[in-house]
Amino acid sequence: MPEHRLTINGQQVTVDVDDDVRLLWVIRDILGITGPKYGCGINVCKACTSHINGRAFNPCSVRVCDVSEDDEITTIEGLADGDELHPMQQAWIDHDVAQCGYCQPGQIMAAVAKVRQCAEEGRDVDDAAIEEIRNICRCGTYNRIRAAIKAGAANM
Amino acid sequence: MPAHRAATRRDISRADSAAAEAAHTAEARAEAATRNARSLLRRDTGRRKFLGYLVAAPTLVVAAELTRQSVFGAPAANALGLPSPPQTPEVYDLLDALRDSMRPTAHLVRVEVRKDGTVHFALPRSDNGQGIITSTKMIIAEEMDLELDQVDVTLADARPELMFNQITGGSSTTFTTYTAIRVAAAIARGRLLDAAAALLEQDKGTLTSRAGLITGLNGRSLPFGELTEAAASPVDEVVEVVLKDRKDFRVIGTPQTKTDARDIVTGRKKFTTDLKIPGALPTIICRAPDLNGTPAGIDNLDEVRSMPGVTDVAVVPTGIAVRAKTFGQCIEAARAMQVRWKAGTVAGEDDESILAKLRRAELPLAVPAVAGDVLERSFTFYFRSNSALETNCAIADVRDGKAEIWAPLKNPIVAQQDIAKRLGLPSSAVTVHVVQGGGSFGRRLFHDAALEAAQVSKAMGKPVKLMWTRADDSRQGRVHPMATSRVRAVVAADSVLSFEQRHTSVATDFGHGFGEAVTSAAAKAPGGQLGVAATIFELTQVTPYDFGVSTRLLNEVEFGFNTGSMRNVYSPDVATARELMVDQIAAKLGKDPYEFRTATVKYDRWRAVLDRAAEEANWGKSMPAGTAQGIAMHIEYKGASACVVEIDCRDETVNRPIREGVTGPRVTRVTFVVDVGLVINPRGVEAQMMGGINDALAMTLTSSLHLVDGHFVEASWDNYFYTRQWNTPPEMNIVVIEDSPSDEPGGAGEFGVAATCGAVACAYARATGKVPDYFPINHKDPFPFEPKPLVPPIPPAPTNGLDFIY
Repeated sequence: MPEHRLTINGQQVTVDVDDDVRLLWVIRDILGITGPKYGCGINVCKACTSHINGRAFNPCSVRVCDVSEDDEITTIEGLADGDELHPMQQAWIDHDVAQCGYCQPGQIMAAVAKVRQCAEEGRDVDDAAIEEIRNICRCGTYNRIRAAIKAGAANM
Repeated sequence: MPAHRAATRRDISRADSAAAEAAHTAEARAEAATRNARSLLRRDTGRRKFLGYLVAAPTLVVAAELTRQSVFGAPAANALGLPSPPQTPEVYDLLDALRDSMRPTAHLVRVEVRKDGTVHFALPRSDNGQGIITSTKMIIAEEMDLELDQVDVTLADARPELMFNQITGGSSTTFTTYTAIRVAAAIARGRLLDAAAALLEQDKGTLTSRAGLITGLNGRSLPFGELTEAAASPVDEVVEVVLKDRKDFRVIGTPQTKTDARDIVTGRKKFTTDLKIPGALPTIICRAPDLNGTPAGIDNLDEVRSMPGVTDVAVVPTGIAVRAKTFGQCIEAARAMQVRWKAGTVAGEDDESILAKLRRAELPLAVPAVAGDVLERSFTFYFRSNSALETNCAIADVRDGKAEIWAPLKNPIVAQQDIAKRLGLPSSAVTVHVVQGGGSFGRRLFHDAALEAAQVSKAMGKPVKLMWTRADDSRQGRVHPMATSRVRAVVAADSVLSFEQRHTSVATDFGHGFGEAVTSAAAKAPGGQLGVAATIFELTQVTPYDFGVSTRLLNEVEFGFNTGSMRNVYSPDVATARELMVDQIAAKLGKDPYEFRTATVKYDRWRAVLDRAAEEANWGKSMPAGTAQGIAMHIEYKGASACVVEIDCRDETVNRPIREGVTGPRVTRVTFVVDVGLVINPRGVEAQMMGGINDALAMTLTSSLHLVDGHFVEASWDNYFYTRQWNTPPEMNIVVIEDSPSDEPGGAGEFGVAATCGAVACAYARATGKVPDYFPINHKDPFPFEPKPLVPPIPPAPTNGLDFIY
């Protein structure tokens, strides 16, 4: 069985699993990190959104063999600095965004990446930018998500 | 008490006010309605005494006794139009029926004070995001003078002795549990004060209780934890209690953030598939191409068993189950299976064949023998999916003559009984744990995945963590049934003489326990010995206007679909048809849609929300061609709701490009006003309205399932177009009425949907000049996607995820 070395939430780990197993299942089923959720498995719902080297990606659609230990993978569990929440997490609490909460780890990770992207591109984090975010929330919390992203962005 | 507590309405930029007379008129009416509401509020609701029990236990355990309470009365009539006689829900509605079904077991639901000072309550309901754990903590904290974090609310395991008192549905949780929980909490507080008075040797009346600490005049204080044993009762005992006066509330009515918010944003909240139950490895089922097709056999069993990660393969009634080290390996194995399938339950059928059968089952409209113009229209509502973001899932461990189940379940008692029966075990050998769900929208009323998980675990002799794939959940999961709604109105010179609505639907499955609860109590309803579906329809549907002879009837046709109540059940479709017809009648009479509604609405309390919505939305303002406002209202859940939307149907908006998404007309602004009665958590109520509004947009404009050749086509979120960021209204103003004339909490979870559906439909018709005759309006458009294959039933996992990073 191939051995893969990964860096997740600042920790180096080794897993024995076939090359083509998607990273989401390595993270959830083998490493037991359950913040990223399954919602479709085909990179549509975005519930598994995490970061690779600081950018948003969907581990449901990436094979474990396509990342290396030099890639910094961050799930929602690795976003806060210890007990100090990331400003986007705090904004999510301040705006009481979550209902069931199933999609929200992915929403927060997407929001952080979108704000960083806008900053790099010199764009405002406005409604047009937020509407590029494809993450589905079946509870329909979109309007609070918008408010939280704008507030979180202001503190990032 | 101040009439207004902290405001929950969201500030929006007010549109330019060349605002006009209409708004002034509305304002005057709103003021009058508010005055009326306040005077009702002042009415003496009495310091009623309630009965409860001290339960024999080593620490303090208390419960309520509710069998002797009367049903609350109907609102006072105040009709302006041609009065319609009271409709059933005005006197006795679904919430009354559900509460009555639960009264006999209220005493079995107990509040416990623990030795660590926390107060524990195992809520016999299911929280799937609607916030009932938070609101329940608030109710207990209020009555016991605690902080929210001193109250520990968990979801109870299945408790069959609770009979009908462990059902979550019909937006009934707060209405059915509010008084019971308060009574128990108030008794507990009183007992703790008694115990403290004895220990402190002080008069009870001089003690104060705050944050779990009881303090005497001499400054000495005792925490609840040190008092609970002294406060406990050695025998069961009936006691009387008076509840806290509403004017003394300090928690109820204040906006509170969900108590699991931090766990959610840090990824710590655990859903069923996140649980680490020893040996419960990932498991999925390879399902048939047909809806409800069943396996005839698998031709490459040995090959599949030897695939990477696979530990077990078993044939079960609904397909071929595979258990593996990871879900990814389960999916690969299922995709490799060569299975022979038997036909499904609607083999060969499609949307049009089902619709034709529904039309043949439509009940006749009986025109009363009166002179007048007849307006008549028929509307079709296609199948829609209540699939949540968390797919159906359950963990089961069936070994050694017993079973243990973990799943998000709104009717865990029925799940327990059914699983026991199917496994051939006594109910007592089946333990069912209720896990918080990742959305429900009606789907968790059923235990489809829990039963399957139990069957798979039994077949494999091992624990399993069963998860439906997204394609399973979309194609084989429960659906909101297809329906037609015909409306005929007879209109004279200046009034409506009759308004008849005939709703004909693919049968909704109520076989999850909810139906039994309703029918057990609904015999009390006027006229009521109807079947389950007809009873629920009769107990929920109200035409809110004085339209003379007003009737609403349901007929259902059984086909073999997997149906279920989808958020707000019949109401979104009934309201859409009704409100479109109200606009048609108004036009016929030469009246403005809002002015006509406010002149004919039956009661002041209902008019108040309508007027407030018109006022907040600046109803009647000038709108560019291709855009329009729409207004609608809906009555349910012991409350009232009204909605005004603005829609943009101009080509440049409708055709704006979004990759793998549906755009279409954009609802640009929503004003939603709701009176849910007494508000427990205004922030939570606002959240529920927001969700309902976004559901309504999807139901009306973008999302449906297409039945083709015996199966549903849509297999994922890139086929089924639930509302996305690019569809949601940029402006949303939700007003939760905080000085409702009702002193009881009504229902909130589903209340946002129906009025919004009606308003969106009306706005669309006004913007385009065309009244749609089917919903969602895009149902007959060409598929904006390539349908995914039926065999294998799960699409391949992409490998190009790194191409989309940002």
